[in-house]
Amino acid sequence: MTWALVVEIISWILIISGSAFTIIGAIGSLRFPDFWSRLHAASVTESAGMILLIAGMCVHAGLSLVTVKLILIGAFIFLTGPTSTHAVANAALVSGERPESDEEDKKKKGKQVR
Amino acid sequence: MLRKIITALVFFALWLLMSGIYKPMIVWLGAASSILAVFVTDRMNRASVRGHMTIKIKPFASVGYWLWLMVEIAKANWAVTKLILTPEMKLNRHMITVPNSQVTDLGATIFANSITLTPGTITVEVEPGVFIVHALDYSSSDMDAMADMDRRVTAIESGVE
Repeated sequence: MTWALVVEIISWILIISGSAFTIIGAIGSLRFPDFWSRLHAASVTESAGMILLIAGMCVHAGLSLVTVKLILIGAFIFLTGPTSTHAVANAALVSGERPESDEEDKKKKGKQVR
Repeated sequence: MLRKIITALVFFALWLLMSGIYKPMIVWLGAASSILAVFVTDRMNRASVRGHMTIKIKPFASVGYWLWLMVEIAKANWAVTKLILTPEMKLNRHMITVPNSQVTDLGATIFANSITLTPGTITVEVEPGVFIVHALDYSSSDMDAMADMDRRVTAIESGVE
């Protein structure tokens, strides 16, 4: 097995698993019951999906200017992703959207049984 | 003055990394734009009230923190992926308040962003001394994990007396 082939295989494993996490995030956004839990599903796409895809592309590009750009893109998404997620969540809270709490529902049910 | 020259050189190095086209004309334009950027930044600094922005953080300790955070993100991603793909989706949604012990704004921002970056927890609101966090699958061990992360972020802050 040549070195080039090994690099090729590693990069495709990373890119395909990154794509898989992106799709899983999308499935989660559709399946989860309310706004808040859907935000959590979207963050699978922006963390695991983004990191694996960019790592895979870096391995694919090798040591070049493209890799530097990819790492910078990754760093910026790393900073802006959570900031925008927080902005959306905070806007929802401020505009009066209140999350349901399964934990508190459980506690209430527990009291009723007793 | 030295500070401005170094800033211009850093901008120019960044421009060289981004451009990839090294014809003399283009390189000169790049050099001119880095000098212009320093000029504009200098004017903005004079306009701002708070003066120089300082980054109070330990550089080598933060590298260790980012590596630890990557492992945490991987673990949290796996947990949320399992939740998404199980047919019944056993969620335990809950709002928790997480105390934070950072002194600098930057430290608090890193902690809040780290919480949001790990899937399964999102920082929703910042109040003095506490974050309000929405958890997707709350368990009692979450508070310990949050306290651990809080301790690690505070440890990479520097210049705090």
